[in-house]
Amino acid sequence: MFNKFSPSTDVTGQTPPKSSVQRSIRAAILSQCKIGAETLEQVWPKKESLIHVKCRNHISIYTIHGEPLFFQQSDGPIYPTLRLLHKYPFILPRVGIDRGAIRFLLSGANMMCPGLTSAGGYLPPPENALPAGTPVAVFAEGKEHAVAVGITKLGTEEMRKVNKDIGVEIVTHLGDELWNQQTL
Amino acid sequence: MSSETQPEPVQPIEVLYCQVCTFPPEYCEFGSSFTRCKEWLKESHPALYDKYYSDEALQSKLGTLSLEAQAKLEKDTAEKEAKAEKKADAALKKKMASQVSIKRMERNKRKFVTAIHGLEAFDVELKKASKFLAQKFATGASVTKNPQGQDEIVVQGDVAEDVLELIESRTGVFKSVPSANVVIVEEKKKKGE
Ligand SMILES: [Zn+2]
Repeated sequence: MFNKFSPSTDVTGQTPPKSSVQRSIRAAILSQCKIGAETLEQVWPKKESLIHVKCRNHISIYTIHGEPLFFQQSDGPIYPTLRLLHKYPFILPRVGIDRGAIRFLLSGANMMCPGLTSAGGYLPPPENALPAGTPVAVFAEGKEHAVAVGITKLGTEEMRKVNKDIGVEIVTHLGDELWNQQTL
Repeated sequence: MSSETQPEPVQPIEVLYCQVCTFPPEYCEFGSSFTRCKEWLKESHPALYDKYYSDEALQSKLGTLSLEAQAKLEKDTAEKEAKAEKKADAALKKKMASQVSIKRMERNKRKFVTAIHGLEAFDVELKKASKFLAQKFATGASVTKNPQGQDEIVVQGDVAEDVLELIESRTGVFKSVPSANVVIVEEKKKKGE
């Protein structure tokens, strides 16, 4: 989503949403991410106004004091930025890629199933299987911190079964143009 | 995992980021400045440096990756680094060749504004600089787009010479601007005036 992105050409406006809209954004984050209201309060205090940074391609980035915290495309799921995920790694369910896949991910590729199902990869056990369309934290073999945020294109059990094609679409990763915008 | 409400917020993990490439240091090996990243880590976080780059760490780091694939990765990293250095060199050359122009422009009846263009090439934050100028000259200043669609600072009043002086003395926000790259240009008279 942010392999090509430049604030000077892609940002079309910055506005604080109406408070009713802010409430619904907060509710959406609480229902979609595994973050408690009190922890979210620490990240985004109720008395502070979120700023909606409108971008091309129907991308919305939400910031507090200029720091990007969440983003969304059209009415799709709300994702945390990778820096926020680093602070609270539990807010999204985890998948893992093997070491061989890291450099492809960092150059902007989506993750193919074999990189997730191999010995160095990680998918949740069957009892915690994730359906297609779930936002996930993408971890990497041998690394402590997440390398990307993505969304499953197949259910995790399906990934094991078919073991080809794209398993996880990457929405933001270490070193992409959203990562490079520490403030907006 | 439990659904009961926790009254206490979870404290955030403070992740250390590499001052060179901005990645967590464990990912520096995939960036385009690995050599400089390692130097920085060794200098500022020697314990972490040992954790990531001791012989043992390098052995276990391979994980499930074959030696062959690891060699390929290292070659890739070296190439990336060389490319990035070349690019940085070119960018620096371009920067040193770019120019800041200060232009006095007439607005109706002996009213002047001063437009300053090109500061961003020297990493000057235009908003900050315009605030600074407004304060300095007790006048209005703003960042606006010129007809070519580029951002520039417009200060109310004829302050071209004073701005040049400020930049030449490398005051505050302007300290990264080499004075050799700054010129005062004359406004072109419009036809029919
Ligand atoms: Zn680094």
